[in-house]
Amino acid sequence: MSHFDRIVVGAHYGLKDWLAQRITAVVMALYSMFMGAALLSGVHGQDGWRALMSHGFVRFFTFLFIVSLCWHAWIGVRDIWMDYVKPAGIRLALHSLTAIALVGYAGWAIQVIWRL
Amino acid sequence: MAYTVRKFDAVIVGAGGAGLRAAIQLSESGYKTAVITKVFPTRSHTVAAQGGVAASLGNSEEDHWHWHMYDTVKGSDWLGDQDAIEFMCRKANECVIELEHYGMPFDRTDAGKIYQRPFGGHMSNFGEKPVRRSCAAADRTGHAMLHAMYQRNVKANTQFFVEWMALDLVRDSEGEVLGVTAMDMETGEIVVFQAKATIFATGGSGRIYYSSTNAFINTGDGLGMAARAGIPLEDMEFWQFHPTGVAGAGVLITEGVRGEGGILRNAQGERFMERYAPNAKDLASRDVVSRAMVTEINEGRGCGPNKDFVLLDITHLDPATIMKRLPGIREIAIQFAGVDCIKEPIPVVPTCHYQMGGIPTNYSGQVVVPGKRSQNEIVPGFYAAGECACASVHGANRLGTNSLLDLLVFGKSAGETAVETLKQSPKAHKDLPQGEIDRALARVNRLNTQTGGTNVHETRLDMQRTMQKHAGVFRFADLLQQGVDKIKQVEEQVRQTEIKDKSMVFNTARIEALELDNLIEVAVSTMVSAEARKESRGAHVRSDCADSAEFPDGRNDKDWLKHSLWYKEGNRLDYKSVKLTPLTVETIALKKRAY
Amino acid sequence: MTTRTLQFKIYRYDPDKDQKPYMQDISVEVDSTDRKLLDALVKLKAVDDAIAFRRSCREGVCGSDALNINGKNGLACLTDLSSFPEGKPIVLRPLPGLPVIRDLIVDMTQFFKQYHSIKPYLINNDPPPERERLQSPEDREELDGLYECILCACCSTSCPSFWWNPDKFVGPAGLLAAYRFIADTRDQATSERLDNLEDPYRLFRCHTIMNCVDVCPKGLNPTLAIGKIKAMMVKRAI
Repeated sequence: MSHFDRIVVGAHYGLKDWLAQRITAVVMALYSMFMGAALLSGVHGQDGWRALMSHGFVRFFTFLFIVSLCWHAWIGVRDIWMDYVKPAGIRLALHSLTAIALVGYAGWAIQVIWRL
Repeated sequence: MAYTVRKFDAVIVGAGGAGLRAAIQLSESGYKTAVITKVFPTRSHTVAAQGGVAASLGNSEEDHWHWHMYDTVKGSDWLGDQDAIEFMCRKANECVIELEHYGMPFDRTDAGKIYQRPFGGHMSNFGEKPVRRSCAAADRTGHAMLHAMYQRNVKANTQFFVEWMALDLVRDSEGEVLGVTAMDMETGEIVVFQAKATIFATGGSGRIYYSSTNAFINTGDGLGMAARAGIPLEDMEFWQFHPTGVAGAGVLITEGVRGEGGILRNAQGERFMERYAPNAKDLASRDVVSRAMVTEINEGRGCGPNKDFVLLDITHLDPATIMKRLPGIREIAIQFAGVDCIKEPIPVVPTCHYQMGGIPTNYSGQVVVPGKRSQNEIVPGFYAAGECACASVHGANRLGTNSLLDLLVFGKSAGETAVETLKQSPKAHKDLPQGEIDRALARVNRLNTQTGGTNVHETRLDMQRTMQKHAGVFRFADLLQQGVDKIKQVEEQVRQTEIKDKSMVFNTARIEALELDNLIEVAVSTMVSAEARKESRGAHVRSDCADSAEFPDGRNDKDWLKHSLWYKEGNRLDYKSVKLTPLTVETIALKKRAY
Repeated sequence: MTTRTLQFKIYRYDPDKDQKPYMQDISVEVDSTDRKLLDALVKLKAVDDAIAFRRSCREGVCGSDALNINGKNGLACLTDLSSFPEGKPIVLRPLPGLPVIRDLIVDMTQFFKQYHSIKPYLINNDPPPERERLQSPEDREELDGLYECILCACCSTSCPSFWWNPDKFVGPAGLLAAYRFIADTRDQATSERLDNLEDPYRLFRCHTIMNCVDVCPKGLNPTLAIGKIKAMMVKRAI
């Protein structure tokens, strides 16, 4: 650590992330309700689900859900690293791993949907 | 004992209203200023002031500073210095407006101006009828004011020494004040704050009494330090007993409650103030109301199982008004009296509240003492403002809301005078007299090494009970005489206090013992001055000086229209004349006080 | 006069003589005139003058005697002795999350640093008028519930976000003060004040846990004020 050890704040991304977490939460909530309703309306078996997922709208909604989930998780997990991991090098590495993992999960999930 | 020296242009002791106001003046003028305070500034006792600050803004009805001046002189029972009173009343508007500009959240009238409420003793047209003169922020005026002034000091980048206790004045053989010694409470480190201007704003010392509205920290530190340095204390016999302290707890209930329409009632439910003050009734001057209450209680018309309190009734007020104008009072009533004042009256008793006397100053905030050339010779380098000072604007009895005004006007004026003096003073600091520093260190050394001594808590209780019994609301010749002997005995005990805790880290036992050294100076000066004043005036009322044709209300202007000055050395009294000539207007002539 | 004995467990630590902090069992006699926890503490100090705690006004306006009382932050002078269950010792600790100087006294430097960081003073660059700056009673009412803060630190030291990041998160008391100036119609620095808080730590470490609201001895609601700041930021951004 350098002798120049000053607490620096003012990163100017607090609001954007806070807002994003709330908007993504709304998307996830709506998607959960939609899927819940589908379940209650009798969709069952692989054929049922395949049929449902074949609609372009449902695929798009699912895509939106996955992106929201990852974005939401990114902010939450990053905040945890920020709270608990103080050394900048390790924190940056964890941030990167988190981001890479989330992007990877998202890509994988999208691949699964579109393969349906 | 080791100590270090730090040099400043000015050092202010105390960060209540007066200290913070003086600090604004000095910091904004660019002088290197240290503010030493026992507690974080917003914990100073100004924070507990409730009802308001007087200023003849005339926001709700016609008002004039001259009327305010008349009321203040009358309230002081003509013991106030009329030059200082005129100065204060004329400066009031300016000082209150400044506060508003600092950001103080005053309540507002519909026109958007500062809200004003009536208060005891404040009348229009030279005593005709009550006037709305008290500028208020709900019933938290002191809190709003203290925070606004602290905030202004944050803006001005004032240097605070928080949780430092000043120990003693440094005064050289020529009488000039060169700073103070002080102790860092957290570490026990001692530092001499060398300064070209030393301003005392150490507040009151109501803790000399057993029952007091004052905070634990109100221990008269400035008065003790001044007395030990040979400065006399002025008019110490005059102590205000606030009519409405919560019975038992002592917590203050603002006069603003009566300003908003509250009524005092005895056990029969009678509004007894109508008999004592037919015109002003419940809004008569505080000493008048307190004595009326004690008379009711003494004559068996008190309330409760022991008939030892009266009731403050606001149940007839609209609950919305109570919630808007007196929310803090409702909290206090629930917390400390166990009653919701919307539904039930509050049990109250007169409680020691304010010290009218103090370190003698002129209206420029300079400390003055009798000397060879005049009765009021300036002590170079020494200033005082607020409750610890005696300008004297309150004389024998202070009007409600004039205390917050006092600390604003004289805090500012002391700061201004210090700035003017600093402009002309030489660059270098004078040499420090070693003997004076040793005096302060000796006090700490004694505490560190005392064995077989007296207990601080017990000794303080002895002092408080003695003051309560012998120098209370009503005073009696024989009790006062006995009181002088008793308090001197207590003083002997104070000289030998012993603390068990010898730690260097945040040793609050040591702080309390050092505070007791200051309290006892105040207590002795009060008792001795009170015993000697053979008349009744304002808050000082003696049974042997009752109302007579020659001396209405027992006031004897022929022999006693003068300020007392108590000197610690030799425990002796001196007197000086009251300044009856104002700055620009005619003298407000002596007459009998009636409300 | 009826007296009763109160049992205490008190956090003690004097760095001058103690290797490490410990909990001390101690009891004190109180009588019917002792209504509040502070009264009992004063009695305790009369017995053992080494117990260190802050106190001043004893009526809940100076904010000196904030403690952790049976696990919850509060002011000793506003805590009724009758509120404690009989037979159980009263556990007193210093406010959590700040360094202890001694016994029940904590170092509040960090807390005040955060308060100072929000520029806690009115900023208005217009030349001051001769008289007061006008403010309607309705505009003044916006300050109710904000200006009454006594800086006792009960809220900030009960806030997990503040425990974790006391150097970077302003904390509920500081944010309440920030909104007090944002809400004042006389203040002209709203944009700068919002800029000052637009940061993942300073404002947005508040996760609406609401411990602050739960413990405030003056009944104030910092979470509500924080919510209003966030709402203003959103409004500004869109």
